[in-house]
Amino acid sequence: MKTLAKLSAALLLGMTGAAHAQDRIKIGVSYPTPTHAWASGMNWHAEQAEKRLEELHPNVDLILINSPDPASQASALEDLVSVHNIDALVVLPFESEPLTDPVLQVKQTGALITVVDRGLSQPGIEDIYVAGNNPELGRVSAEYMMTRLESGDNIVILRGIPTLIDNERFDAFMETIEGSGINVLDHKHANWNRDDGYEVMQDFLSRFDDIDAVWAQDDDIAIGVVAALEEAGRTGDGMFVVGGAGMKETIKGIMDGDELVPVDVLYPPSMIATAMDVTVNAFTSNGPVAGRYILGATLIDKSNAESFYFPDSPF
Amino acid sequence: MSNVNTQQAAPKPPFRLDIKAVGPLVALILLCILGYVLNPAFASEGNLTNILTRSAFIGIIAVGATFVITAGGIDLSVGSMAAVISGVMIITMNSAIETFGSGLTTVILGCGCSVILGLGAGFINGLLTTKGKIEAFIVTLGTMGIFRSLVTYFADGGTLALDFDIRGVYRPVYYGDFLGLPIPIWVFACVALIGWFLLNRTTFGRYCTAIGSNEGVAKYSAVNVDRIKTMTYVIQGLCVSLATIIYVPRLGSASASTGVLWELEAIAAVIIGGTVLKGGYGRIGGTVIGALILTTIGNILNLTDLVSNYLNGTMQGLIIIIAVWLQRGPWQKQASGQT
Repeated sequence: MKTLAKLSAALLLGMTGAAHAQDRIKIGVSYPTPTHAWASGMNWHAEQAEKRLEELHPNVDLILINSPDPASQASALEDLVSVHNIDALVVLPFESEPLTDPVLQVKQTGALITVVDRGLSQPGIEDIYVAGNNPELGRVSAEYMMTRLESGDNIVILRGIPTLIDNERFDAFMETIEGSGINVLDHKHANWNRDDGYEVMQDFLSRFDDIDAVWAQDDDIAIGVVAALEEAGRTGDGMFVVGGAGMKETIKGIMDGDELVPVDVLYPPSMIATAMDVTVNAFTSNGPVAGRYILGATLIDKSNAESFYFPDSPF
Repeated sequence: MSNVNTQQAAPKPPFRLDIKAVGPLVALILLCILGYVLNPAFASEGNLTNILTRSAFIGIIAVGATFVITAGGIDLSVGSMAAVISGVMIITMNSAIETFGSGLTTVILGCGCSVILGLGAGFINGLLTTKGKIEAFIVTLGTMGIFRSLVTYFADGGTLALDFDIRGVYRPVYYGDFLGLPIPIWVFACVALIGWFLLNRTTFGRYCTAIGSNEGVAKYSAVNVDRIKTMTYVIQGLCVSLATIIYVPRLGSASASTGVLWELEAIAAVIIGGTVLKGGYGRIGGTVIGALILTTIGNILNLTDLVSNYLNGTMQGLIIIIAVWLQRGPWQKQASGQT
């Protein structure tokens, strides 16, 4: 009799425990270790979102893990399942191919999957997809160029690292300016890097006497481009440079009315925060949230720069 | 000591044109002609100064690497070392503004800090190689990773930027002119001249060559092998710090992507220049030309749209191989007689 009471008490306790665990929503957030400015901005925004969301929803527990390479990210995903028993996963895969299977394993435990920025190589695994819009970045940059330039004006383009991302941006840009009469004198890879941006721009300047504008595609490249323009004393005559991403120094410059870099096109590292918000909503909202969220490549100019300025972020 | 001096005077016939010395130069001249044919803007004064100025970073580091390689060592850590030194320099100068203001004192403090770090890092590499008896390849592979992750850590994964007030004072070190030539070219020239003197006209240089040829024999000939080898890494460190001092004012920033693959470019410059990778024979003049060749290739590729962007690496690889073949091809017979 006594033992039966004990047993039922234990059972009851166990049940309330289980109920308690069900109340608590555990969400794992996995992304690459930040080794460059953009990624480190993402890390910052993820930490901000964690603080904000956990304050807002006391029953939500976000677990942030960053990994230095694809193999460790795969192990991190296993740990999130076995140690933390997560209800949902927000993942920015290091590389698509090697992480598709590990994410699928997580999905098979019943967890909700949100993929950020880099898609998996097999469709249908993720419930929610949040990403920046690379073709849109190229298109928006091109449209801004067309508002400032006339037929017969010359531009040069500095591209990123030869990858799909770079091609998508570049192709969309070229498609948009087609027929506008703007001449692309040449395009070279500057690898999303300040030093390469500086050197490639120096060479463009010795090669072409008449350049009216530069599409640098990225804020780091744009910094090198500006240094080369200033060195050569070719910042006048309405010359302007269009970068991309949303680096805080660039946005500060736009707020202060910089004429050489008057706009920026957003490819925000804060998209990880968007993904975390949407994932939490999946548990708290009464509306459906599953689907694909493609963020706009907003044109940042003086009028809206302030809302994209995060002085404490490293990027 | 005197023994070495007499040895040194004897086998040096004055100014005999040999293919080893001329090979890299021929390659450079051919490259320049190619550049001019593809785009006459190549020969403009501005472009030539750009090439020389740009070569200064890799060139200065490669002069140091010539000593390390001549003495039979290798240093893979130079690119990461340059990045971490740039980072610490920027942090030092930014934090020194409060005490010393944004004047010359702060800049000198930053440069001093760079030199100390360079010497220290080189000394550690040298000590671990000689006293620690670990292969130079492994030691410097290790420090390469350590330095690279340190700069990432200091920058919090992002970019370290020099305070704007100091940039004004420091800027002339990269952008300034002296007698019509940019300062980095002068620094490069001085480093090369001192390096040439040290390697060809001093006992230290002879010892480096001797150790590189045969470490055992050098040891039995009462050469303090450990000390000389450590010294080569210290020189390498000093060269890296000098390169850093002229690199930082260019863009005023350092990040994890600073100096990536500089070690391979420096080693390539040294080998293109005629220094033997396994040690025992070094040429500073060749190294200088090697550095110029590497920069010129990149420059020419930017000046033409003849080659697909995706094939830039192929062109660079081909030209490096051809440059080395130009000097090794006809020379092989002579070499067998020499050693």
